[in-house]
Amino acid sequence: MIERAFIGRGRYQLWLAGWLIPVGVGLACYLFQYSHGLGITGMGRDVIWGFYIAQFTFLVGVAASAVMVVAPFYLHDCREFARIVILGEFLAVTAVIMCVLHIFVDLGQPSRVLNVLLHPSPGSVMFWDMIVLTGYLGLNLVIGWTTLDCERNASRPPRWIKPLIFLSIPWAVAIHTVTAFLYSGLPGRHLWLTAVVAPRFLATAFASGPALLVLLCLLLKWAVGFDAGNAGLRRLSITIVYAVLANLFFIFVECFTAFYSGVPSHRHDLQYLFWGLDGHAAMVPWMWLSLLMAVASLPILLSSIRRGNQRLLALACGLVFFSTWIDKGLGFIAGGLAVSPMGTVASYAPTVPELLISLGIYAVGVLLLTLFYKIVLSVRAETESP
Amino acid sequence: MNFNRRAMLKLTLLAAAGLARRRPLFAALASAVPSDVLKPGAALKAGRWAMVIDLRKCRESKDCHDACVHACHLEHNVPDIANPRHEVKWIWRERGAHLFPDQLDEFRGAALADQPMPALCNHCANPPCTRVCPTGATFKRPDGIVVMDPHRCIGCRFCMAACPYGSRSFNWEDPRPSLKNVNPDYPTRGKGVVEKCSFCDERLAQGRMPACVEACTCGAMAFGDLRDEQSPVVKLLRENYSIRRKPELGTQPAVYYLVSK
Repeated sequence: MIERAFIGRGRYQLWLAGWLIPVGVGLACYLFQYSHGLGITGMGRDVIWGFYIAQFTFLVGVAASAVMVVAPFYLHDCREFARIVILGEFLAVTAVIMCVLHIFVDLGQPSRVLNVLLHPSPGSVMFWDMIVLTGYLGLNLVIGWTTLDCERNASRPPRWIKPLIFLSIPWAVAIHTVTAFLYSGLPGRHLWLTAVVAPRFLATAFASGPALLVLLCLLLKWAVGFDAGNAGLRRLSITIVYAVLANLFFIFVECFTAFYSGVPSHRHDLQYLFWGLDGHAAMVPWMWLSLLMAVASLPILLSSIRRGNQRLLALACGLVFFSTWIDKGLGFIAGGLAVSPMGTVASYAPTVPELLISLGIYAVGVLLLTLFYKIVLSVRAETESP
Repeated sequence: MNFNRRAMLKLTLLAAAGLARRRPLFAALASAVPSDVLKPGAALKAGRWAMVIDLRKCRESKDCHDACVHACHLEHNVPDIANPRHEVKWIWRERGAHLFPDQLDEFRGAALADQPMPALCNHCANPPCTRVCPTGATFKRPDGIVVMDPHRCIGCRFCMAACPYGSRSFNWEDPRPSLKNVNPDYPTRGKGVVEKCSFCDERLAQGRMPACVEACTCGAMAFGDLRDEQSPVVKLLRENYSIRRKPELGTQPAVYYLVSK
């Protein structure tokens, strides 16, 4: 099947070649970082994690969200997702690969990365995160590939695939819970030291991932005429709106606890994010924009008439996606590290090479997703042609 | 090769003879090692190493020119990096308000809040940094010292996120160009790894006290075994009131600060 990924018209080849440019630029920037050290980024003594780890966190959510199509389709026989489920699985595969790459570029000694396997440390959450992420990657790759191959051959999927599919459902929840535990188990980092991190991660995941999936389906429809089906998209938008509402509720709950209790350490990080602290207010406009975009998506997504309009649906999904990207891909890490262990406030801004490296990884993601979706669409075109 | 029984017997006999000579052979080897490298019995040992910093004495030593910091950083090849974001520090001076946030009142505490005092790794009894390390590059020894193996460190900085004291430093750039004098007796580090105070484990192994304690000109630093009733640290802690950094986190620091009788 894999050969279908590379057969296409000139426009398709141009699209692939075009995305190779940011990949190359990112690679060049990474070589620069590799020779000079992580000092070329905006990180430092106090803000020890930055854009890379934030993107990793956000993308784990995108990966986990595949469960929002897999579970209804396979557990509840929700046929509306018949044409979407494989797109969700390959989106998960791509997102996990981008996660792993973001972790890799964040390492000070990347050549020693296999020390994690050579000296396994079950006491470290990072060890478990590696296990669940690679497991999830494997599960989705095997499930997606096998079901697609069966579709092509018009054969029934093998019996052994069913247990793997059922396993992938709790596994999706596990990858984001374990990722949340990376943060919520650390003493002295008060934005993170709360039990609401894991539920909030899942809520933002189930908002951002399906929103991206809807956008991708609409893009496929407008660009190459692949119709994933209106019913599926509508159903997905209901998932999105409840996830957005759950996330807004979790933010409210977190703010209540921090501000009503008045404990300074609990308050400070949220104060930094939404109002600014000690004159450091770089995140304030971003965080309010994120909230505003989440709220603005609600009137569209809550109305069955408006979410039936595909242009409005695309707008709402765009709002949700960027809202959660700001929340997790910018605010969560910068906010958690803003107040240093000494009680001083440290600001962080990514540098240009840092952003270009991350952009390069996203470009790898676009390329991989294009190849996967090309295979899916070619198989579909073949089986559906009379 | 033609290996018959006769050759086999010869070889066995030779090997047995070699084994019999093992002890004198090892003794000869050992005597070839310089005497200052291996000194069995001379190493300082403890059930749990701890440090006591007397802030009353430290306060009076404004003219010590941070002897503890310089002694440590010279001895351990800690680079002097100008960019504050890339700084590497094992021990340094920090205002009391930064070491003990929310712990000092505005009355007697105000003087302490402004006082620059030594900050270093707390060698916690319950260290969050070693718990999170994905490779075992940092670990707690049975005597309580939290050590760091820079050769195994992958530079993920999870330990720095976990440390609530900011006691760990990452080499954001190659530290070697920033070393003015290199101490050939201690390794230098490369870029991309984490490092920190080691309670001078290498000096303890040679029977010497930590560099900062030795360098302190006003006797404000004491070092010893918390499990030994006769040790100076236990005596000081029994006779004086001490505070530790962020006690509410349950890390149980082994660095105590004396504030009053």
